[in-house]
Parts: sequence; C-alpha cells; structure tokens
Amino acid sequence: MSETVDLKAKLGLDVFKPFGQPHIKIRQGMGKDPRLKPAVRLCPAGLYSVNENGEVMLATVDGCLECGTCRLTCDTEVLEWNYPEGGTGVQFRFG
Amino acid sequence: MDKFDVIIVGAGLAGLGAAYTLAGSGMEVLVLERGDYPGAKNVTGGRLYLNPVRDLFPGLFEKAPLERFIAHEEITLMAKDRSVALTYSGNELREHPHQSYSILRARFDRWLAEQVEAQGVMVLSKTRVDDLIKDNGVITGVLAGGDELRADVVIACDGALSLLSEKAGLRSHASPENFALGIKEVITLDSGTINDRFHLEGNEGVAYLYVGDVTQGKFGGGFLYTNRESLSLGVVIGIEDAMDEKLPIEVPVLLEAFKQRPEIAPLIKGGSPAEYSAHVIPEGGFKALGKLCGNGILVAGDAAGLALNIGFTVRGMEYALASGCFAARAVLKAKEAGNFYTGTLNVYRKLLEESFVLQDLKNFQESPAVVGNPRYFTHYPELIGNLMRDIYTIPAGPKERLYPTLRKHIGLAELWSIFKDLREVMKI
Repeated sequence: MSETVDLKAKLGLDVFKPFGQPHIKIRQGMGKDPRLKPAVRLCPAGLYSVNENGEVMLATVDGCLECGTCRLTCDTEVLEWNYPEGGTGVQFRFG
Repeated sequence: MDKFDVIIVGAGLAGLGAAYTLAGSGMEVLVLERGDYPGAKNVTGGRLYLNPVRDLFPGLFEKAPLERFIAHEEITLMAKDRSVALTYSGNELREHPHQSYSILRARFDRWLAEQVEAQGVMVLSKTRVDDLIKDNGVITGVLAGGDELRADVVIACDGALSLLSEKAGLRSHASPENFALGIKEVITLDSGTINDRFHLEGNEGVAYLYVGDVTQGKFGGGFLYTNRESLSLGVVIGIEDAMDEKLPIEVPVLLEAFKQRPEIAPLIKGGSPAEYSAHVIPEGGFKALGKLCGNGILVAGDAAGLALNIGFTVRGMEYALASGCFAARAVLKAKEAGNFYTGTLNVYRKLLEESFVLQDLKNFQESPAVVGNPRYFTHYPELIGNLMRDIYTIPAGPKERLYPTLRKHIGLAELWSIFKDLREVMKI
C-alpha cells in the first residue's frame, strides 16, 4: 500500500476485539493466483501485500474492517472467508 | 434444543424492523447479532429518508437518536483542478416532518434494538450464525456458536454479502459488478463549529455529494454528511471498476486524496478523526435481485440487494426497514395459514411489489447502467469545469465573446454525445 496513507493510525482509531483463529486465509498454494491481486489495492485496511516472489500475502487479519470486498473480488476458491466469531473483530462506535 | 417461532439473523435495520413488527404478536422471536452490540458491525454513509417508512413504524422515529435533518443538498462535479457545485435548499426541507436525517448506525441500531427488547423480543449479541439447518429442503433453524437453534421460519438480514442467502440457494455467489465499496471517516467537530462552517441553524444539516476526480474517474463518488457533533466523510467506488488494472487505484489513497482537496480540507480542519470504517453496498438494483424467499426462509434489506443509486440520491436504509417490516407481515400471514413454505411466504414479494420498495427498484431498474456511464466521472466534470473557468476568467487583454467560448467546449460532436447520454437518462 502506498505510503501516503498512514493506515496504522487510521485503524488505531477503531475498537477491535481479539479473535482466536484468523477468519480469512489464502488457501494453500494459491498465493500466486491472479484472482488475489485486486485485494492488494482494494482492501481498505491494506492487509494484503505482494512478497518478493510475487505471491499475495495476508500476514494478519488484525485490522480487518469486515467489509467483504476481498470475498467479492477474489472468490472463495482462493480465499477461505468467514466473519470472525461472535463478539470479536471490529466494533464500530459510530458506524 | 430451543425452538422459536422466528429467528432473525442480523440486528441491522432490516432485522430490527422485522423484530419491531413482530413484537407484541405473541410469537417467540429471537434476533441473533454477531457484533458486541446491535450496530457494532453496521455502517452508513449516510442518511435515512423517513417519509417512506413513517407509516410502517408509527411514532417510532420521534424519539430516535437521529443526527441532523438535511436542509441543504449539494452535488459537486469535481475536476482535477477545479469544481462546479449545484446547491439546493428550500423551505420544504426545513418544514416538519423533515424528509431525511443523517444518522450513525452504532447509535441508531443500538437504540432500535432497545425498543425491540422492551417489547419482549430477545436480542442475542456476540453470536455468529454459521449455517442454516435444512430438513428435506426446508429451513428449520440455524447453527450458531455450536448450538442448534430451531424455528418455524428464519429471516436472513445478514447484510450485503448475505452468506445465508447463498447457503439457502436463494442467490449464487455475489459478484463484484453488483457491489460498491464505501470507506468512511467520522471526524468529530463541536456543533457550534459545524453550524458556523456550513451556515446552519440549530439542528439543520447538509448532504454533499462529489462526483469525478474523487474516484479518479471511476464509478462512485465522495460524500459528506453533518452529524450533531461530527462529520461523516467518505468515498464510494464500484468494485468492478476499482479492480480494473489499466488504471490501477489504491482505495485507501482515494479517501486521503479527497480529504486533501481544497474543497474539503477547510471543512474538516481542526476536526479529530474518530473512526475509520468500510462496508460494501449492493448497487445492482432490480436486475440483480435474487429470490426473496424459500421454504422456511425470507431475505430482507441489503441481504436481499434492496438498495438504489440514482445519482442524486443513494438509498438503502429505508428499504431495509420496510422490507424487514413486510417480511414480518408475511410471517404473520404464514402463521395464520399454518405453514411456512415458499408458496405461503411469497406474499412477502407481493407486499414489496405493492410498496415503494419494489416499485422504486423496478422504476429505476435502468439506473445502475445509466449512472455507471464513465463520462460522468471524468469527461463532464472536466468539461463543465473548463467551461466555467473560461466564462469566469478575465484575461489581461480583451475577453472572448460568450458564444465562441461555449462552442470551443461544446462542438457538434460533443453536443451529439450529450444528446446520446441524455437519451440514456430518459430511461430512468
């Protein structure tokens, strides 16, 4: 993600409740699948990145805003996608 | 094993609208919400238009935690280096009852859930629904947190992605062309500053929309709403358009660039960012609607794709409230009939068709294609911006006559293109 946006500070404004297992995972061996690419530019939380091997990475889902954009753009064949468990994840105070 | 009459999944406006309608009917109703509290996962741009839903929820909105009534509308065509705005304000917008209010969902939905609970409906938060229970092709309950919860009928109000509609086979995997992504910041400012800055009296508010460079020419726009003591500032972008790799954009950068525009920066100056949120919005309209009910299940709100963008107005929340209400009425009728099969629940579709919900979506079914015209997002903002620049510029020497100035920008080919675009607009 471009360095013009301090997403860490932005996400730092939000309330997140910790969850156990990550609720979104790139399916094994799918990192190079082109269907993952849009998530890198579209994820509002900037959680997706490309590593030096050209693979799309999802290092953490902490900070996920649960918008579902990656589920729409990438397809569930390459992403294992669910909402986080009840009572965890982002909790909007304004919305 | 617990058995309810109705299980509603999702404590948003559709779910709570359904629960409110069922409260007091004698039916046992359970609302399941995955957030810490109702509203915790919900986001709006946004504003709620009350006229279409006042009669469905008599007296409800009088005590609701609404933010400001919208007394000033503005749409701005944003070119790269300039912008042209059209402002509308009128006595009718200041008269009671006000037609629309800015709202914040965490506050509003929590309050609405309290009204529903006060009437005996159980609202269970922190509970994610993982699956539907099916018996011989009939939905008979949900799996939530490892528990089997049974009901005569399930109302899926689980939001724009609606995993439950997919599981129930009511629609196939949601596809990007029917959705937009909205990202938003809530920026706190004291109410006095908001009133001074936006020329407002008392609880008046503004709704500003921005089209053009804000999405770098892609389908979408920017918005600014005044709340009581904050501003909702954000950008909406069509997901399919944003995926296009020929003109790659980074979504978070759009909002940052928008904030730095000279039209926006002074409006948010001195404010403290308080929250950053994101949400997807159904944009496909009537043509993208899936099935609205099946054996033992109904779908309402964003989950059913009930939202409508016609350029000047972008609506969803009143469709959610109303469809929740009609889903509940259909359930009451089915209870009378003694079964919850598709044939009986189909009265839901009829209720929606007789109401503003499906009539609006039908009447504006060409809207998604028309407002998606790429010329609205680059060509027209630039054209009109350049025209205004040349009309207003006073050079050092003599000024060019008005008509040649106009013709320079709007030649025959351009006129023809405008005519063709207008012909499309006639479809809406």
